Amino acid sequence: MEILFLTWHWAITGFLIGIIMLTLNYFGKVFGMSSNLRSLCTMAGAGKCAEFFRFDVKSQYWNLMVLLGAMLGGFVAVNFMSDPSNVDLNPQTIAQLQQLHIDAPNGKLLPDTLFATVAFASPKAVLILVIGGLLIGFGSRYAGGCTSGHAIAGMSNLQRQSLKAVIGFFVGGLVMSHFIFPLIF
Amino acid sequence: MKSLKFVLVGFIFGIVLTKSEAVSWYRIYEMFQFQSFHMYGIIMVAIATGVIGIQIIKKNQLKNSEGEIITIADKEKGSFRYWIGGLLFGLGWALVGACPGPIFILIGAGFWPALLILFGALLGTFLYGLIKDHLPH
Repeated sequence: MEILFLTWHWAITGFLIGIIMLTLNYFGKVFGMSSNLRSLCTMAGAGKCAEFFRFDVKSQYWNLMVLLGAMLGGFVAVNFMSDPSNVDLNPQTIAQLQQLHIDAPNGKLLPDTLFATVAFASPKAVLILVIGGLLIGFGSRYAGGCTSGHAIAGMSNLQRQSLKAVIGFFVGGLVMSHFIFPLIF
Repeated sequence: MKSLKFVLVGFIFGIVLTKSEAVSWYRIYEMFQFQSFHMYGIIMVAIATGVIGIQIIKKNQLKNSEGEIITIADKEKGSFRYWIGGLLFGLGWALVGACPGPIFILIGAGFWPALLILFGALLGTFLYGLIKDHLPH
């Protein structure tokens, strides 16, 4: 049981994610999380403003159920399966974070700089989170998928279009992490 | 309950992504700094598992739970949308250290500032829907 509380190995994790994707295929569906953002927009009435949101949300009901399950899974894993040994980063990463004024994990999943409740009081943190979200929402819909839909499901189905998107993901991520981070943190 | 199986798949997904720390901002930063193999290992093994599984499905024309042969639609043709959309997504992914699945997992786990990411993501999705026809795909 002990092993459940430690950081799960990448090989086991990768295998399980692959199985989750295949399970959805078995249920007649295709793995993809960002589609839910479109469904939520439609449910909020975005169909009044754009044709893109006029579709039958019922057909995506299953995906919202996956989302609900994921939220419950996150709740259980964080509250009942955590261990102080978690998020054991490369020491070099921690040294770099210090230079960026970002607190070290010490077992925490997320940096307080951005994710502690006090972040709501920091205009900079709020701006970073909203702009990051904006890029994720716009980019994933423009690219027609996110990490789950393209990097996992698309690549597994050997889709050339997904490879383009995944290369885009990594180029964007590297630019942000290496060139923009030193400017904003 | 037909939807219960989907909640269960999502529940396992949420636990797997949290316990592997793929939902951790730190792990995403570490990945983009090439300072750990962890995230690359996860993604590569997931794809390898998926490729093998889908090949088996296709070769044997396996049926889904509804009794129909499993078919997975090809992604739409195009280039610009994948390169540019992908690039924008990557910028956001590295900035907040979460992609769409983890945004919801983190909210479920009670990290309330992730609600701000969700707000931005919904706004971004809405914006795309508004100007979609004016963008090159």
